[in-house]
Amino acid sequence: MDINFEHQQSAHCENGVASNLLRHRGMILSEPMVFGIGSGLFFVYLPFIKVNFAPGFSYRPMPGKIFRKLAKRLGIGVKHQRFSSPEKAKAVLDEKLEQGIPVGLQVGVYHLTYFPDEYRFHFNAHNLVVYGKEAGEYLVSDPVMDYTTRLTEEELQRVRFAKGALPPKGHLYYLERLPTDYDLERAIKKGIRQTCNDMLAPVPIVGVRAMKWVAANIRKWPKTIGIKKTNHYLGQLVRMQEEIGTGGGGFRFIYAAFLQEAGTLLTNPALIQRSEEMTAIGDAWRDFALDISRIYKNRKSGSDVYEKLSDKLLSLAQREKEFFMRLKKDV
Amino acid sequence: MSAPDTKGDENAGSMRPLRINYIRVKKNEVPQDEGSLAKKNVHELCYAVDENGRYTTVPSRGWEVKTLALNESLELIEERIAATKSAVIAGELSPIAYFMELNRMDIPLLASYVGIHRWFVKRHFHPKRFQKLNKKTLRKYADVFGITVEKLTSGVC
Repeated sequence: MDINFEHQQSAHCENGVASNLLRHRGMILSEPMVFGIGSGLFFVYLPFIKVNFAPGFSYRPMPGKIFRKLAKRLGIGVKHQRFSSPEKAKAVLDEKLEQGIPVGLQVGVYHLTYFPDEYRFHFNAHNLVVYGKEAGEYLVSDPVMDYTTRLTEEELQRVRFAKGALPPKGHLYYLERLPTDYDLERAIKKGIRQTCNDMLAPVPIVGVRAMKWVAANIRKWPKTIGIKKTNHYLGQLVRMQEEIGTGGGGFRFIYAAFLQEAGTLLTNPALIQRSEEMTAIGDAWRDFALDISRIYKNRKSGSDVYEKLSDKLLSLAQREKEFFMRLKKDV
Repeated sequence: MSAPDTKGDENAGSMRPLRINYIRVKKNEVPQDEGSLAKKNVHELCYAVDENGRYTTVPSRGWEVKTLALNESLELIEERIAATKSAVIAGELSPIAYFMELNRMDIPLLASYVGIHRWFVKRHFHPKRFQKLNKKTLRKYADVFGITVEKLTSGVC
């Protein structure tokens, strides 16, 4: 079994899988397009959930959401399946490959043998495509990798049934039907509108309000939990913002790329203008990460460092608030 | 774990010049610091603007800022492993605690992997209770850690 599958690297796994699966069926959508239509830009702060001994921060929505929204907005039929039995999960995967259908899988990162050791954390929302099986080994197209890789049956079973938060439970998905015609303009506008609403949501743990909450906490942390823990929390924030998958600046650059592409496609100069503004915001996020890394590097202490960081995040929140209010009026 | 790299130290005092290099996402200014990805010859894709202001993708070899954040996290893990190891040697904890840290797990995660409630897992951290564990239970733990039962029971070294 070998499916002629074209592997293309992407910044983020979920967009990449969606984009690659669609291209295989002849529907060309770039990674930023997938990300934008699926309303991928987000910010959420979950102080009551501890991930890797730090509170949960995320610059993206719940795993799987982007692809689901994209599919809904363009009328793509995607079949999702989860399993309680690993044997059944394997049988269904093999059957689909036999039929020549490339299959998307949700997997845990920790046991992925081809990942560098430093990146092997217990994180269960990674996505990849399996496009064939050769001599008992699965052919794997992991969109964040430069090249395609292989996993043995045993290795694949282990990552598909990883445990912990958001367990994949063998989650697999594949395209069932493609729309004969679809309204890209409507989908783009819907995607943008939802992102604006998410980021401006009147709840404290989501969007701009969540950034403000984090900023307020950065001010408090050195006193309440100590410098060491504060630095660890900030490190977590940087990792969520810049590590593999974000394309830089907590997805802001991918989103700017989407706005540019959308602006060209819909001949809407306002969106191109917004794209430039988003790029500037992304730069400011990178600057924020750089400031955090300086704390490690210089081993600087003193609370004014944290005050400054907090101010910076607050001004970012304010900038994004104004940005999304303008963007909402453009579509 | 090696100490955070010192190659940027000449900039540590005056950060300004370094900053100009990093914050713009021009195509030729995407950070290319040797990160841990470079070791496996993996690049990650970054989005950046080309000369004409059009967005494009550029493979990056890593960014020092991220390496520092990652190292901080890895140092924390190393510290936890070392602390647990000395607690095991001192007879305060069972080897299960050590191997749990070694596998970057916490109690709820280990509990779901072995299929034993976390209250019991926590009890098995007690050296005396660990001594009384039957072969079947030890086997479960050993399988999760990817080691033999002998290794699990022979203590940490």
